[in-house]
Amino acid sequence: MEDLIPNKRIDIRGLHCPYTFVKSKLAIEAMNVGEVLEIVLDYPEASVSIPKSMQDHGHRVLKVDKVNEKDWILLIRKERE
Amino acid sequence: MDFTEDQILRYSRHIILPEVGGKGQAKIAAAKVFLVGAGGLGSPVGYFLTAAGVGRLAIIDDDHVELSNLQRQIAHSTKTLGMPKVQSAKETFNALNPDVEVIALKQRLTRDNILELIEDYDIVVDGSDNFPTRYLVNDACVLASKPLVSGAILRFEGQVTTILPRQGHCYRCLFEEMPPPGLVPSCQEAGVLGVLPGIVGGLQAMEVLKWILGKGELLTETLLIIDALKTTFRKVKVPKNPQCPVCGENPTITELLDYNAVYCGVG
Repeated sequence: MEDLIPNKRIDIRGLHCPYTFVKSKLAIEAMNVGEVLEIVLDYPEASVSIPKSMQDHGHRVLKVDKVNEKDWILLIRKERE
Repeated sequence: MDFTEDQILRYSRHIILPEVGGKGQAKIAAAKVFLVGAGGLGSPVGYFLTAAGVGRLAIIDDDHVELSNLQRQIAHSTKTLGMPKVQSAKETFNALNPDVEVIALKQRLTRDNILELIEDYDIVVDGSDNFPTRYLVNDACVLASKPLVSGAILRFEGQVTTILPRQGHCYRCLFEEMPPPGLVPSCQEAGVLGVLPGIVGGLQAMEVLKWILGKGELLTETLLIIDALKTTFRKVKVPKNPQCPVCGENPTITELLDYNAVYCGVG
């Protein structure tokens, strides 16, 4: 898990809700089941709401890391179409 | 489909929905809808389908905008009085969403042109205000196997039903023949509360989007009856009639009729 290499990475720093989730959702829709999406974001609310919404959509949240003062990195594995 | 940044913003509330998403929005954008009538029902149907971002929307109507239309026909305005309704609606819809290709057909739908006109479209919506057109559209959709979302309004009552030819009922399974002229009054004679076509047209647009998305339950083999005074929505089962003259096992209607002549009893 430590060395997990994401299949796709999106940087949505500067975006607010709901566009943080809209962008994340469009990205994961375009991927294959089993692939991992890395999301870099700086909108605090999205660090909570995106993992929750992704779980609601049936995907698996592998990691939610606050990497510095402002930024989070999320790893989400696509579990279903 | 790759969305522009503007499209991502415009359709964001669709994209967020699990039942729609980017893939569903792409289906909506690829859909071609044929709308009969640019009046009370056609206005909200066209408005919402344009807002939703369908790919192509054809509207057929040969009428002009009159002052007495504006109490309910929300695609038109005081500024477009006298203009062909399809032109007025096209201007309104283009201003709302330039993504949608709106095709204005200022002509009457007839048995000679309907099959060719609807051929390239995925689904038909009936917002017409008369029985000959309603039966023409039903029979043509059955013969061409086109899905049809039918709506009707009068006074405070509305009806909506969705016809998937061969799979479910058709309008003739429900009402086999047109009523005699004069039995059912028109809106012109009986009146209609202006909001009612908005409700019925909104439901028709919803049926179209659900059909495009393949989500939810459609009003197939079902007639939805709305009583706006009582605020009741009643679903009535409408089984497919095996003896239906157009979609039954041994149909007697195998080509389109002269509906106006049939209606007036001279055909």
